[in-house]
Amino acid sequence: MAEISKTSGKSKGYLGALALISVLLGLYWGLLQAPPDAYQGEVQRIMYLHIPSILTAYLSFFLVFVGSCLYLWKREKRDDILAYSAAEIGVLFTALTIVEGSIWGKPTWGVWWTWDARLTLTAILLLIFAGYLMLRSLTEDENRAASGAAVLGIIGFLDIPLIHMSVYWWRTLHQPPSILRPDKAPWDNVHPALLTALAINFVGFMLLYFYLLSQRFRLGEIKEEIKARLLNRDN
Amino acid sequence: MDFLNQTFLLLRKDLLLEMRRRESLLTMFFFGTLLLFVFHFSFDLAPDRMVEMAPALLWLAFLFTGTLGLAQLFEAERGNHCLEALLLSPMDRGALFLAKTCFNLILMVLVEIVVIPLFWILFNLRSWDVIPNLFLVTLLGTVGFCVLGTLLSAVTLKARARELLLPLVLFPLMIPVILGTIRCMEAILRAGELGDALPWLRLLVGFDVIFLTVGVLIFDWVIEV
Repeated sequence: MAEISKTSGKSKGYLGALALISVLLGLYWGLLQAPPDAYQGEVQRIMYLHIPSILTAYLSFFLVFVGSCLYLWKREKRDDILAYSAAEIGVLFTALTIVEGSIWGKPTWGVWWTWDARLTLTAILLLIFAGYLMLRSLTEDENRAASGAAVLGIIGFLDIPLIHMSVYWWRTLHQPPSILRPDKAPWDNVHPALLTALAINFVGFMLLYFYLLSQRFRLGEIKEEIKARLLNRDN
Repeated sequence: MDFLNQTFLLLRKDLLLEMRRRESLLTMFFFGTLLLFVFHFSFDLAPDRMVEMAPALLWLAFLFTGTLGLAQLFEAERGNHCLEALLLSPMDRGALFLAKTCFNLILMVLVEIVVIPLFWILFNLRSWDVIPNLFLVTLLGTVGFCVLGTLLSAVTLKARARELLLPLVLFPLMIPVILGTIRCMEAILRAGELGDALPWLRLLVGFDVIFLTVGVLIFDWVIEV
């Protein structure tokens, strides 16, 4: 056990360093290398953080779903730790996305917040998974908390398409996708320097995400280990 | 057949208890009526704005009264290890889920049968002929609410401050139902028929079917001791 955690600790250190370097590189490229947007000007640069943060948030809610399903199926503690860790980091990145979007929205749309479909959906996601974290922290019985949260994680994930549909029918204002469009290749729509900045930031955020996830996962494992040792000592 | 039999037995037990104690139904009913009064004092409702406001106000009342009912849903089983005894009996846990859902559905429908006409009386509305259609839409929404509500009521069963936690996890997930029923009711109030709100009705039916199925399948894991 000690052997394993040592090597994984080392590789985690490399992962963290790599994440730091690529986030810094992404910042440099996004702030200094890429030209300002033709219409939106300098404020558009926040997109280099906005898009990677929401993508990592989506990834973590998918991981919550996967971890929850695996936990209910196999009853392995590590799947539960995975779901819990992913939910925590997902809430962090969703909140970050909303804050970044607000900062961008004020000069561009003239308001901090508007009830557009994508904004609403993101806010609802934040509320759902904040509820998930509340449920975990308010349930004392560990096993009940784990299986209850797993059920909530699965229901929440299944509900997302329905919420998505309903808020889109309700209203939509958000600008349509400008990179992935069916009629043109990405490099025709957007200046290559902008794409490069976005790509670097995306890689940086992914590395950062997996670094945070691995650290949070390790924390969960250590907690379990301590609990097991305390139990052994008491007996 | 056995499954339905078990469901019916469990439902009968809950109904019998409710008939003896009359706790949930009466509190829900009075709370719903009270909300109508609060709404009346808070909004100055002109008749021409009624089409936009009535569905939203009605649904707010149903959401709050429904949450009140859900908070009491497993109360009878919590004391004296009744839940453990129930789980020891050789029955399908999906049946327990279905029975609890039906029980809460019955309570909410009884409340709605009174509250909707009362709303028409208190707010001086004249379009009485749309009420049956409105009620059907409300029923679809209520099924969705009870299905997901029962599931989450069981999920939060062992949590501290569960009465506070339940709406916190339930309401964000209920957004499709809230939006769907309100749009359908608006269309009915405006034109007397569903018209272009038909996709919303499909969404409601879809929601009900999906989570009823998920609930029956997943309840084994929700309610374990």
